[in-house]
Order: sequence, then C-alpha cells, then structure tokens
Amino acid sequence: MTAVATPREKLSPKDYASDQEVRWCPGCGDYAILKAVHKALADLQAPPERTVFVSGIGCSSRFPYYMNTYGFHTIHGRAPAFATGIKLANPDLDVWVITGDGDGLSIGGNHLLHALRRNVNLQIVLFNNEIYGLTKGQYSPTSRRGTRSPSTPLGSVENPVIPGAFALGAGARFIARSIDTTTPHLVDVLKRARAHIGASFVEVFQNCVVYNDEVFADFTEKTVAAERQLLVEHGKPLLFGAGKKRGLRLKPGALELEAVTVGENGVTERDVLVHDEKNRTLAAMLLGLQPPDLPVALGVIYCDPGPCYEEEVYRQIGSRAVSVADADLNKVLRAGQTWVVEG
Amino acid sequence: MSTPAPPAPPRTGVAGNRGRQVRDTVVIRFAGDSGDGMQLTGSQFTLETALAGNDLATFPDYPAEIRAPAGTTFGVSAFQIHFGALDVQTAGDDLDVLVAMNPAALKVNLRDLRAGGMIVADTGAFNERNLSKAGYTTNPLEDGSLAPYQILKLDITKRTLETVQPFGLGQKDALRCRNMWALGLMLWMYDRDRQGTLALLEKKFAKQETLRLANIAALNAGHAFGETAEMSSGVLGYTVPRAAVAPGLYRTANGTESLAWGLLAGARAAGLKRIVFGSYPITPASGLLHQLANLRQHGVVTFQAEDEIAAIAGAIGASYAGALGVTSSSGPGIALKTEAIGLAVMTELPLIVVNSQRAGPSTGMPTKTEQSDLYQAIYGRNADSPVAVIAAATPGDCFEVAVEAVRLATKYMTPVILLTDGYLANAAEPWRIPDVDAIEPFPVTFRTDPAGFHPYVRDPNTLARAWAVPGTPGLEHRIGGIEKAYDSGHISYEPENHQKMTATRAAKIAGIANDIPLQQVALGEPRGKLAVVGWGSTFGPIHQAVKQMRERGHAVSHIHLRYLNPFPRNLGDLLQGFDRVLVPEMNTGQLVTVLRATYLVPAEGLNKVTGKPFKIAEIADALRIRLEAS
Repeated sequence: MTAVATPREKLSPKDYASDQEVRWCPGCGDYAILKAVHKALADLQAPPERTVFVSGIGCSSRFPYYMNTYGFHTIHGRAPAFATGIKLANPDLDVWVITGDGDGLSIGGNHLLHALRRNVNLQIVLFNNEIYGLTKGQYSPTSRRGTRSPSTPLGSVENPVIPGAFALGAGARFIARSIDTTTPHLVDVLKRARAHIGASFVEVFQNCVVYNDEVFADFTEKTVAAERQLLVEHGKPLLFGAGKKRGLRLKPGALELEAVTVGENGVTERDVLVHDEKNRTLAAMLLGLQPPDLPVALGVIYCDPGPCYEEEVYRQIGSRAVSVADADLNKVLRAGQTWVVEG
Repeated sequence: MSTPAPPAPPRTGVAGNRGRQVRDTVVIRFAGDSGDGMQLTGSQFTLETALAGNDLATFPDYPAEIRAPAGTTFGVSAFQIHFGALDVQTAGDDLDVLVAMNPAALKVNLRDLRAGGMIVADTGAFNERNLSKAGYTTNPLEDGSLAPYQILKLDITKRTLETVQPFGLGQKDALRCRNMWALGLMLWMYDRDRQGTLALLEKKFAKQETLRLANIAALNAGHAFGETAEMSSGVLGYTVPRAAVAPGLYRTANGTESLAWGLLAGARAAGLKRIVFGSYPITPASGLLHQLANLRQHGVVTFQAEDEIAAIAGAIGASYAGALGVTSSSGPGIALKTEAIGLAVMTELPLIVVNSQRAGPSTGMPTKTEQSDLYQAIYGRNADSPVAVIAAATPGDCFEVAVEAVRLATKYMTPVILLTDGYLANAAEPWRIPDVDAIEPFPVTFRTDPAGFHPYVRDPNTLARAWAVPGTPGLEHRIGGIEKAYDSGHISYEPENHQKMTATRAAKIAGIANDIPLQQVALGEPRGKLAVVGWGSTFGPIHQAVKQMRERGHAVSHIHLRYLNPFPRNLGDLLQGFDRVLVPEMNTGQLVTVLRATYLVPAEGLNKVTGKPFKIAEIADALRIRLEAS
C-alpha cells in the first residue's frame, strides 16, 4: 500500500482530471478551484493512487467525481469523520476534504470542529459562497444578516459564522484563505496546506453565479482588490493598497488593528506589524477584519504545527507495522484467570 | 453453554463443626446501594464459583444513575448469579438467597425471592433514616412481614467497622469494606475459595496498602464469622457439587468480552491488518469500546468519535481504506447511524454494526435489556437498503457470531448488523476457550489488477463488488451515495439501471442464505405439535422451558435463529412441520411478524417488555397451556 518508487512520467494538471463531464453551472467559481487543485497537485507531482478526495453533500461536494484520484462522495456534513477513518486505516494516504459553508458549518459543524481539534493530517478546503446552491438558494450559516433568500424572504436575522475564526476556536493549527479566481494565490495556499502536517483549513471565497452572484465583489472586484485585500506573508509587513502604502498596526491603547498610511501622520513602515503566522492572537485579529474599513486577510494566516492525531494513535499502538493478522489470540484469550476441566 | 452430562459425585465438605447440605443449584442476588460495590461483589463470587467447577449464569442489574441518592429504591444495584452442578442456562427464575445491604435493596428485590428463601440483611443499615427512604413505616426485619422467609440478621456494618478499625480508615472508606465482609460470608456459606478475590484486592489496591489490608481483613472476617459463629437455627453451610462440563480450558467471559475477541479472531481469519472501531459512549454498548481499546497492541484502532454519526463514518472510511470498520451502539445511537448505513449499502463496503439493545423507545431504560430493535435492524433505513442481520444467543456465542459477521461483511461487501442486548453484554458465564487455530480462514483479496476494473465489477457468485483500496496504482476511482451505472460505476439516473441495481443489492443479501448453515433444531424433533422459535438472549429460558415440557412427554421443539436476514433457506419448511409456532421475544412481537410475512405460518407471539429477561417458568407456563389445550 506504500508508494511505489518506480519512475513515472511527469504528470500535468490535466492528468489529475477525471473523464467525467463537469456539471457545475456555467460561470461557477468551482471550475476555477478545480483547476487550481489540478495545478497544485501537478506542481507537487502528488501520486494519484495515494490521493483521496472526500466530500459531503452540496455543489462543492461533487468535486471528487472530477478528480482522477481516489474519491469518496459521502453524506451531508460528515466528510471530516470519513476522512478521519481513512487516515486511521492508512496514514500514508494524502486526504483532502472538500466541503462548503452549509456542509461544513451547518450540518457538519460538529465534525469539522473535531477534525480540527484532533489535528488529523487532512487538507480541508471549504468553498464559502454564503448560500445553499444545490437546494436552490436558501441562506447559509455564513450568509450576512439581511440576506434575502427563498427561506428568508424578509432577510436573514441570523449572525453569520466566520469560518476562519471558527477554525481557530476549534484548535486548528493551519488556517488560510484565498479566492476562487486568483489562481496563482490559491495554488500557493493549497500547496502550503498540503505541506502542513496536521489539519489544514483553507477557506476559499467562491462565487455562486446563480444564487449569490457577486457577494464578495466588495473585495474581489479588480477596482477595489488592492485596497480591500491584505495578502499576508510570514515575516513580511502587513501592507496593502496601491503601491503597498497602506498597513496595519496595533491601535495605540487598544487591542485591535487599525489601518494606517505609510508616510502620513509620521507613520513609517517600521510602525506596520510584521506577519507572524505562529502568532495565534494576531491570527484572531486578522481573521476578524471586515471591509470596507479594513481589508480582508488572505493567505496563510496561521500555521503552528502540533502533534497530529493518527501519528499519536499509532505511537500508542507501538508501530504502524503491528497487524491484527499477527495477533497472538491464544494469549489474549488466556489472559486472566483460567481453569482446566479434566475429561 | 456447557454440555449437559451426568453430574459428578457430590463433594462432602465440612464447615466449622457443622456438616454442609448439598444443593444442586442455587440462585443468589447481591443487592445494595449503587455505591455499595455490588457488581464487584457479584463478579468476584462468580469467579470463585467458576473456579469451584460449577456451571453458572449471571445477571447484573444496575441503575442508570451512577450514584443515585444513597438509600433510595431507584439507586439499588444488584447482581444475580445462578450456579450449580447441573447445566445452567439462565440467571435463575426465583432467588434462593437475597443479600440485602439496606432496606431499599430488600424492598426492590423481595418480590423475586422464593417462599422459604433466605434473606441476609445488614441490620446496621436498617436504621430509621434508611427505612424511611425506602418507604418502610416499620422495620420489616422486626414486624413479622418476612415470616415466609428465613432471615439471617447480621450487623455487617458494625462487624466491618470493628474489623477495619485498626487500619485507621475514614468512616466512608471503612463502610465501603462492607461488601467484602458480605462476600466473605457468602463464600463460606457455599464453600468457595477466596484466592481469586485476594488476588484481585492485591492488584486493585497495589498502591494503597491501608485499603488493601482493610478489604482483605473484611473478606476474611466475613468468612471466619461463618466458620465460627453460632448462627440462628436453620442456617447452614452448603455444598454445590461440581458440574460435569465438557473438558477443556475455561475462563469466565461476558458477551462484551467474547464479542471483542471474536472481532479480533474474525479480522485475523480475514487476514486483515487493521480493525478500526468507531464508537460513541452509550449504555450498555460502551464496554465494547473499552474492551477493544485494550487490544490496541494487537493492531486494533479505537476511535471515540464526537457522535454516533462520526463513529460509523470513521468505520466506513476505514473500510474504504482497507481496514475492518466496526461501529457499535445501542438503539438510539443506531438510529443516528441510519443514513450512514445506507451509504455503506450503496457503496457496498464491509462494515459491522453492533447493537447492544436496550429498553426503549427513545432513551427508554438504558440499563435494562430488551430485543426490540429487530425491525430497526432489518427494515430501519430509507429506501430499499438490505443488510445482513445476525444475533448472538449467549455470552459465549458472541465470539462465534462476531467471527461470522466479519466473514459475511468481507465476503459480501456489505454492512452486517450484529444484535446483542444489555443482558448478553453484561452477563458472564464459564466459557470454554476455543481453539482459534481451528477457525477456518476466509482471506480477503484486495483488487490490484487494473485490467477490466471498474468499482462495481462483481463476483458472479457472491455478487460482491471488488474491494479496491486507495493506495493501489491504476485503480483510482470514485464512489459515493449516488446511484451507479451497473456496467461502469459512473453516476447514473437511468430508470432501468436503478431497477437493476436495487434488485442486485437485494439479490446479493438474499444469496447469503446459500452460504450459511441450514437451520438446526436446538432441542427436540424437526416436527411436532409446537415449535418454540427464539433469537438472541432468550436462548436459555426457552431451552430450559422446552426441556421441561419434553420431559413431560410433549412434542415440542426449540428452534433458535442466529441468521435473521436472510433466514436459513430451510426455515420455512422446518416451520411447516409443526402444528403451532410460538415466538417468545422481549418486545411486542417483531420476529413473529417477520416469520408470518415471510412464510405465511400461523406463528403466535409470547412477549415481555419489563426490562428483565424471561423466567423459565413464564415460558414453560405458556407452553403448557398450548400443549395441554391441543
């Protein structure tokens, strides 16, 4: 079951695509994400036979059918639990969980929480479009207050969950964000996620052209992107805006971030915070930034590896090589008090 | 259970200066507060009894509350043991001895004591406060209401406190030694050894010398009291001769233990490297999680999931990746797993689902036994989603049934629901350790050949699809809950294809009937006036009741089903050979309707849902009425 070390031809992105016709709506952001995943796997030359895509239910969860890898399209919300079982059976497999805002944060919120908390070595990619697509447009747990939908004709009265903040609260040790159509950025984020040992949580802002078109336009539109997007990089100052003149610093006298302009009011680049992806407090603040006053943080916001679940499980077993097939059953059955009845 | 055979010659024992009376069988119930250690007392008496060579069966009966308010009737915990020189198959109908550690224990359990039976009561606990908590207005030990019984009144509390006084324990710890004093006395009364219990105390309190010494002193003091004290007239020591059981190496085992070992034996016979057991704590199923967690050094992975759904999802994920996925719960938890079982039906993956049934509906009575989840097992999913269903009859049978569940799940690529119940999970019996090397291996073959592969390629004989495990080059494929095309495994919404796939899934499960033993008659002839058909833990009382009726010359037979879906292929013919069919069940009539629907036989139910197993007499009475009327 381990990787075969025979040389193989270099795989291209299209080698990761299955022969099935893709059935998302024309213009759906999922197409771009699929392409980015193909590209990321090709860049990594990920062995298709050891790669498994696991999904729940929803538009995003059709994803595995379009991958020329192993794939398991499971039931609504439970993909992280199936993926945990797969990793327990064979930790050598490279397992990706594809989920959405309804699948991962509503019906499956519990499983997402526990997969992150346990730190199972998975890449969990959550396509957030702030709407239920497959069931025809109901509001989702990430929909903003006031969202009008067939089930909220007067607008939603619920507060949305912030996926990254949820993940951080659940104990995730890798949290990143990207946008469906910013392919090079998304590819880099996916590659970082795969390199991380433990549960990696990636939120992708994904545009649903049919039921929630342009819901992220306030920060994804080309005209505003520079001002409303903060592309974080470990060790680099938190700068954004045209010419990278805008930056984030700690507001004096308060535990919150504020946007400043370098060169104005005596602000220099040294006043701007430097991104530290191991800093959990900074991660919490970055995940909470909301446009229009502050930019949306994108990139690897938090990465601080810790012990991973299945490795710990096998450490207690002794070794991955221990096999049930070799169990000394006679010894097991004779442990404790026994007695002989003579014939 | 042990094979009946001529009893061995009685052993003559001497107790102190008094002779011992010989008894063939005895039923004792230890009853006290849930904090009084009655389960430990009962299991130690069981161990010593097994070592003394008796056949036995036990019935632990405890409240759902971990520490209910002390002294209340709903906090009473009890442990019943039936042991003897004869073949013992039930925990016993009526009690010969009731050990009552407080008034509440007496009040709750007295109804099961036979007339003339003995009450051993701790008078020290029959104080005004405890009497009033139990709802007594006068002390039953003094008011003459117990006249039909023998009463052995002992101030166990005072004697225990005196015994352990030198060790300087606090009052609470000192009082907790009362159970050992009572155990010591009962071990003396039935001429049992104390070695197993001494060994346990040495181990349990290895690092707490004072508690160790105090408990041992209490155990010995109870025993010495029996040996030397002048007891009230009529109270004697007894001898219960050894039972003549099949020769071999024995141990005690409850259904939870033998089920865990059976899963290990099954996975080993299948040649699988890994068991992944996903479970969420629930009474009375949690014991299996604990048991398997202690087998991790043999390659068993246990996953205590965040909920019942994640538990089964983890097991299915593991099966998909080439391990034996197993999940376990009780009725309410199985209900939550339903959708996932359907996915395993659709994706045709091996899976074992153990249901330790308990009284319901809803939360019901978590610690009380019932067998009311048969419909749930056979029918309880959306759409046409057949699975194999099998049931264990005795604690020891759990081992064999678990091996069989692994065989069917892996050979037919299907979920198998394995039914046990709260009684089987907790009840212990002497178990002849099987020769595990005699288990016929049924090695699994994972698909490795990409030529002609698609995920739903079927074995023409079993109709099972190939088990193609991630990690295998060239077999990359996608499966899921959406209907698949018969010929390619791709998603398909074609009407005719769904018809064909539905029929194929059904035929695969139905075909298991050709791969299981023909139904045997457990006792009696394959035809006659009355067939008594049971399944699960009712084996013991049905068997004994049928035996009694047969001894009276009636043409009655006992048929006990292990395979509930599909049924053995001769079952219909077998039932046709009887004038009447009676189906005793601890539910309101589930197997009986399945039998009627399947075979159009005039089967009749005998039903009990009190949370307690059938008594032999309850079934025997029902048989008598029918046999004498016809």
